Amino acid sequence: MNIKTLIAAAVAGTMTAGSAVADLVIPDLSYRTGPYAAGGTPVSDGYQDYFNMLNARDGGIGGVPIRIVECETGYNTEKGVECYESTKGEGALIYQPLSTGITYQLIPKVTADNIPLHTMGYGRTSAANGEVFNWVFNYPANYWDAASVAVNYLLDENGGSLDGKTIALVYHNSAYGKEPIRTLEALSEMHGYDLSLIAVDHPGQEQKSQWLQIRRERPDYVLMWGWGVMNQVAVQEAANINFPMENFIGNWWAGSEHDVLPAGDAATGYKSLAMTRSADYPVFGHITEYVHDAGNAAGDGSNMGTVLYTRGMYAAMLAAEAIAKAQEIHGVAEITPAMMRDGMEALDITAERMAELGMPDIGPAFSVSCEDHGGTGLGLVQQWDAAAGVWNPLTDFIAPDNSVTDPLIAEDSAAFAAENNIEAGCL
Amino acid sequence: MLYREAGDFKTTYVDDSQTFPIKFDRAGFWVTMAVAWLVIPFVINDYWASSLLVPFLIYAIAALGLNILTGYCGQVSLGTGGFMAVGAYACYKLMTAFPDVSILIHVVLAGGITAAVGAAFGLPSLRIKGFYLAVATLAAQFFLVWLFNKVAWFYNYSASGQINAPERLVAGVAVTGPNTPAWAQYLICLFFVTLCALVARNLTRGSTGRKWMAIRDMDIAAEIIGVNPLRAKLTAFAVSSFFVGVSGALFFAVYLGAVEVGEAFGIQKSFLVLFMIIIGGLGSIFGSFAGAAFLVIMPVALKWLGVDVLGWPTDLVAHFQLVIVGALIMFFLIKEPHGLAAIWRHIKEKLRLWPFPY
Repeated sequence: MNIKTLIAAAVAGTMTAGSAVADLVIPDLSYRTGPYAAGGTPVSDGYQDYFNMLNARDGGIGGVPIRIVECETGYNTEKGVECYESTKGEGALIYQPLSTGITYQLIPKVTADNIPLHTMGYGRTSAANGEVFNWVFNYPANYWDAASVAVNYLLDENGGSLDGKTIALVYHNSAYGKEPIRTLEALSEMHGYDLSLIAVDHPGQEQKSQWLQIRRERPDYVLMWGWGVMNQVAVQEAANINFPMENFIGNWWAGSEHDVLPAGDAATGYKSLAMTRSADYPVFGHITEYVHDAGNAAGDGSNMGTVLYTRGMYAAMLAAEAIAKAQEIHGVAEITPAMMRDGMEALDITAERMAELGMPDIGPAFSVSCEDHGGTGLGLVQQWDAAAGVWNPLTDFIAPDNSVTDPLIAEDSAAFAAENNIEAGCL
Repeated sequence: MLYREAGDFKTTYVDDSQTFPIKFDRAGFWVTMAVAWLVIPFVINDYWASSLLVPFLIYAIAALGLNILTGYCGQVSLGTGGFMAVGAYACYKLMTAFPDVSILIHVVLAGGITAAVGAAFGLPSLRIKGFYLAVATLAAQFFLVWLFNKVAWFYNYSASGQINAPERLVAGVAVTGPNTPAWAQYLICLFFVTLCALVARNLTRGSTGRKWMAIRDMDIAAEIIGVNPLRAKLTAFAVSSFFVGVSGALFFAVYLGAVEVGEAFGIQKSFLVLFMIIIGGLGSIFGSFAGAAFLVIMPVALKWLGVDVLGWPTDLVAHFQLVIVGALIMFFLIKEPHGLAAIWRHIKEKLRLWPFPY
């Protein structure tokens, strides 16, 4: 008996033990403290409120109540690992760590422990290749899609050519910020723009020299891969050097209300990508009625309707739909992590279903398959209006250039498979 | 009564110069070793390994290393995080370049490479002292982190700039990678901790350690009595960095498995290890362990108490952790400026007189 079979036996043991638990356990690896709390708090609030609403309104999913286990990571990988280890024994169905750094830690761990990991719009992009990353999902979109969507938007703005333009990428100097570089380099060869890379170190409060460089180089466009306090500082610094805000585009983690409010009126015109549409959805009424009015709001209850709250709720909705799908496939209400994975792989989100759930057009319609864990990759561009205090969508969902991202995903996932002796295939 | 020299006769010089001259201490040492080696591996699970014991053991090695430099040789260093990064990246490059060589050798080699880097950054210590040296090592910290972020060769040109530990086996059992059983993870760290602690203990009570301490207490006087400051300081830097490099390699390969240099080995790591030796006790092997245990176990224990027992919101507990750990650090430094090791020493002195104190 070698060690692999031992582990398999141990995993099988924990799984049978997990299925004896009478509820659906959803760990919420949140961060409400530290330099990234401004982003972590609303996402976690939205995530928890939606599940609590399902518990109060429908009695859970398929009649089984959901139990949320919150664990504070502080966006720190060591604490993230600690949270994972302390919650996985409770029969956790799905992990959504909201941190690319923690995601990299967890990918090998969840693969060994057979628990699905969903990194919605972050994490390791090549996890879109479901044949290599059986337990990791990053639908509906990933960073390479985001980079491509941003370039496609700029192409559209410039009549189809970016020849001779310069684009600067201001990025968080971490795995998260470095993800889009490869795609932007590939696209720069294709479309003939010059790419200048400007790194900002954690946590990003100090960006004077970076923006001085931008002032000197005068790039036509600035893209930003920022998170937490870095976004607010960048928007303020851009305003300080009078950089034209309409040429400054953040990714979808750099486009929430708290990112632009500190800069006041100067932030007007700042653009960002978005993977979910912000609107006053009917589902908010249910959350108010069943959760907030009952005094069960997650956090202080003040974040409802913000961009990131909506996104956290969207992530919860995708998880809830996958649970329902898994229950349908396997015909049991109390599902295991392995069944959850099957549900996620068979997930099909249609426009009708989103409307039915009280969030019409919140995101693009997409379906997941064994080969494609990445979804459609659509994103839209929104612009901040400081006077009205709202993000206005400028475009409809824009498609990424799959002819650029697909080969990159194939290459990176093949490298991962070779490094870890994984034989690609469906489970 | 139990704890005293009287009645413990030593008839050879070897006996007389042993590490633990008191019988009770010797027994305590062997019981600790027996529990660590023979009991814990059989009861350990994933949670205990990854949340408490493995980080404790790894930080203990780093604290031992820094204690040699700061506690024994008196050279303040703020570059611990950077040197841990050297160990981690050296280990990664070796693991990927020579996949057939045992990981145990890679970890030792990573320590050796760190020792060389540490000695190079130790050169300024011959000219500058105290706060000025601290600033020079701070430069090492920032330079090394910048280097590993900037030069793609160090992370094998991966898209994210992260390094990932591939699976490596020792005697047929995985010790790195996701399929590592908790006991293997624990045992490999324990193996290096035991080795490092034995080496550190014997170095510091031998002639090398005496030279370091002479330099620490007064470098001019030390020079006059014949201690070569160049050799003493550089050996302290090299030995210290070796330990720190080993801990960095284990931190990356065994504990985390994937590392991003700015986050894992930033300046806060340097401060953390420095706090460990200050709280534990400068110039004490026991202090390195006590400090590491204090700073690793305290936050986890507080989290367990706040969230799991009292059911408080996680953010409140996280904030309280900072407050309580900070307050405890201040309390210890006011009440016992020489750290937990000094408390331990006092207890031992009291024990000697017990039950008839005068």
